[in-house]
Order: sequence, then C-alpha cells, then structure tokens
Amino acid sequence: MMLAMDAIIDLLQQNALMPRSDMARLLNMSTEEVEAAIAKLEADDVILGYKPVINREKWGSEKVTAVIEVKITPERDGGFDRVASRIAKFEEVQGCYLMSGGYDLLIIVEAANLRAAAAFVAERLSTIDAVQATATHFRLKTYKENGTFHHFDVSSERLSVTP
Amino acid sequence: MSIAIAEHIKGIPRSGIRDFFEIVQSMNDVISLGIGEPDFATPWHIREAAIYALERGRTGYTSNLGLPRLRRSISDYIQKHFGIRYEPLSEILVSVGVSEAIDLALRALLNRGDEVIYHEPCYVSYAPSIVMAGGVPRAVTTRADEGFILHAEDLEKAITPRTRVLMLNFPTNPTGAAMDPEELEKIAAVCVKHNLVVLTDEIYCELTYEGRPHHSIATIPGMRERTVLLHGLSKAFAMTGWRIGFACAPSELIEAMMKIHQYSILCAPIMGQDAAIEALDRGEQSVSGMRREYEMRRNFIVSSLRDMGLECPSPRGAFYVFPKITSTGLSSRDFSLRLLHEKKVAVVPGPAFGSGGEGHVRCSFATALDQIKIAMVRMAEFCRELKA
Repeated sequence: MMLAMDAIIDLLQQNALMPRSDMARLLNMSTEEVEAAIAKLEADDVILGYKPVINREKWGSEKVTAVIEVKITPERDGGFDRVASRIAKFEEVQGCYLMSGGYDLLIIVEAANLRAAAAFVAERLSTIDAVQATATHFRLKTYKENGTFHHFDVSSERLSVTP
Repeated sequence: MSIAIAEHIKGIPRSGIRDFFEIVQSMNDVISLGIGEPDFATPWHIREAAIYALERGRTGYTSNLGLPRLRRSISDYIQKHFGIRYEPLSEILVSVGVSEAIDLALRALLNRGDEVIYHEPCYVSYAPSIVMAGGVPRAVTTRADEGFILHAEDLEKAITPRTRVLMLNFPTNPTGAAMDPEELEKIAAVCVKHNLVVLTDEIYCELTYEGRPHHSIATIPGMRERTVLLHGLSKAFAMTGWRIGFACAPSELIEAMMKIHQYSILCAPIMGQDAAIEALDRGEQSVSGMRREYEMRRNFIVSSLRDMGLECPSPRGAFYVFPKITSTGLSSRDFSLRLLHEKKVAVVPGPAFGSGGEGHVRCSFATALDQIKIAMVRMAEFCRELKA
C-alpha cells in the first residue's frame, strides 16, 4: 500500500488533475481505491492543497516576486518557530523556510507591484524586533517552476514506425 | 544499364515495418504506437556529459574495441547487474548498436550453410542478418498461449547437424516475453549437449516489470564460454540515436569479431562512447524513473485493450504489447490498415515479426501517456464499429 501511495503522490505531482480513473489504470487499481487513497492523504494532511503553475508572462500580471534572506535573533523559548510563523502569516509571504548557512529564514514574497513589495520589506518585515537584517532579490524571469518548464523548445523528430 | 544486385541480397525481403512506415508517413495527424524507441530524450546528465566531452575536443577515433574507460564501465555494469565478469581488455567489444554486434558475431561464427535457430515472433533483423552472414535461418515459432517463451523440446527438435548458433532475445521485441531461470537452464542444457553458441540479445534487460529480476543465460554454469552477451544503451537509457551497443564474449571470439569491425567500421563514434560512460556509471536513477513510467503505461494500455474485448497478456518486459486481434475477424494486416485509415492510429501488424505473429498487432507504449489515451479511445471506437 505504501508503494501505491508513493506512486499516487508522484502522479499527482506531475498532474494533480489527472482523472482518477486514468490513475487507476496506470497503477492496476480500481478507481475507488485511488479515490480512497487520495482522500486519506488529504485527511492525514499529507496533501495540503493543489495549485496551478502560472506562466506570468502570458497572464500579463504586474505582480512581482522577491526572494528575501532574513537574519533572525532566535527567541529564548520559541527559537525560530514563533518569529517564522509571525512572518509567514503575512498574506504577501508565499513561502517561508528555515535555512542552514549564512542566514536563517528564506521567504518568498509576492506583491502587487514593486512598490508594494518594497513597502512590505521596509514597513513590515524589517520592523519585527527579532529581524536583524534582510537581503531582497527580485525575480526577473522564470525558467522552471515546481518541475514545470516555462519555455518549451521540445521537438519530436522520431520516425513514426521503427522496428 | 541495369545494375545486377547480388543474388543473396536480392532474395532478402524488405522489412514489413518499412512498408508500413511509408504509408504512415504519407498521412497527417496519425498517433503512432508503431515506434520501437523511447519517447524520452536521453537523460540530461548524459547529454550534458557528451557536450562537455565535445567541448574538450574529444572527436577522434578510439581503439577498435572501444574506449578502455568505457569497457571498464561496461564490465562493472554487467558484473553489478548480471553477476558475471568480463575482462575489459579482451572480452568486450563496443559496437554501433546491438545490430552491428549481431552481424559481427554471426559473420565470425558461421561457415556457409551453417544453421542458426531463433525464436519467432522476433525482431525484424535476425533472419536477414543470418542470411547476409551466409547462414541458414531456422525459426522456432513460440506460442501466445504459452507467453511466447522458447521451450527446450521445441529447440531440440529444430537442431540438425548443421546447427551452430542459437539466438535469444528476452525480454522479446515484439511480445514482451521473458524467461524464468528454470526454463533458461533447460535451454542451456540443450545448447551444451549440441555444442551450440548462444547469441543473447538482452537489449531490454533493464525494462522488466513488477520488480521481477532479469536472468541472463550467460550466468548459467557452462554457458559463459559459449555465449555472446549483447547489450546496448539504446532502450533503457533512451539513447537510440547514439548507436552504442556492446558484445561480451570469450576473448577468441571477440578477437575475431574485432577483425570484421576493424575493417568495416573501425570504431563506434567517440561521442556516443563518452555519453555511454556517463550513462552506465551514473544513469541508474534515470533508468528506474523511465521504467516506472513504462510500467504504468503498460498497465494502462493492457487494461484498455482488454476492455475492448481483445486478448492481451501483460508483457513482462520491453515496451510493447502484442494483443490478439482475431476476435475482430480481421487479419493483422487488415486490422492495422483499417485502424490507420479509419482512426489514424498506427500499430504494426504481427506478421512483420515473423511466423506466429499473424492474429496479433504490436503496440508500443514508448509513447507519451496523453497520446496513448487518445489512441486507446480511437481503437475502442474502431473495435465497437467492427462489432456493430
């Protein structure tokens, strides 16, 4: 069953919208078994959600994304967790990770435009007591996101019948 | 003036696949399940290693036997996966695909009129290769209801005083058949008894499903000294266009094969050889990823074909299903032609792979899943309309 769960997660990561009946055929299971397995993964909070991968250039959105390195003074009781969750709760924060190395938190911020992103860093993030320093990097172009390429140059030149 | 073609070449028919290919080429929007090569591009780490080698200017000839470094990688790989050791310097030859290695081995072994036994349905090149090497092909037909495996009794019946070589291909193109060790041992015993050399084309050996291991006849006691183990990078590593295969065999046979290779080919291309080193040394994860994908597609295609009312055993290896289509009342050729013209799906008629193929078609699942899905919908319509 564990192997089937792994295989289902793999398929969902490739395409969360794949019809469950197709998954069933691929894995030699019944559709009901696949649905039950996914329901269990959701109930157990293994699967927390499903989201589309958006090509922003085509969408024409003005939204900007920044990756911010944050240095933190850990708290005596909460360590990094309490500050991290405080930061993560801001709507602009799409990702928040505790890191090893030269800084402590890596956060990914999405804002309506450059000014809004700057305001978030200057007025929200930097003013938190535990935050010692930040370094903000803006995303210029996306090549690959969540395993999906944004620019395709794949050509198939296979012969149509070969031995 | 008309050019006279050599008699023994004139007599060889063109591959049945070739004819079919030309019809498919003339049509648009065909979904092809007729392709005997992976739809994956070669894994990036392998391509990247080849690019690096080119950048360093590695563009020359190599040793006739192939780069020593590659032969060491082959030796290690075969030892790890087959449990049998070949000496890199004298028992391994790198060829231009397994096809060349088959030709070399046959030419090195056969005297005119010697007979070669092989099991059919099989890959299209075996019989012509035997003929071109001056041999006489003797096919043993394997049966669908027995999973297309070769039985020792059937083999023994086909042996004559002129029989010199047995050719094996498990997992089999086009049937996906695989042999259990007990069956292989019986075959091995017959080969020892009749002093046959075995050419075993194990190009699909990494692509076996449901976690079942591959067994090579070369590992059976008494067989290493009479076996040519043929393998290559094309299928499991998705490297068909690089044209790298290899033969592992006793040194006196490798030496003889090398002479032919040296004068006709010189060496396999160095770009492919450099890529092969990376593939064999570090490609295991890529291979297992592709195998997982093939296995899922196999499950999908088998269950879809069964839902159409076609008899379709689940292949144990390779990337082909070989369903029986006799329930439709059509011959393999009519089924394939009508499916192509009416639904624009290309499959290969079974008889292209020799006797025992009639009543079957070969569908490759080395095709992207979304294509397979559309093909299965169209095939299901076709089968429904035939019944109506």
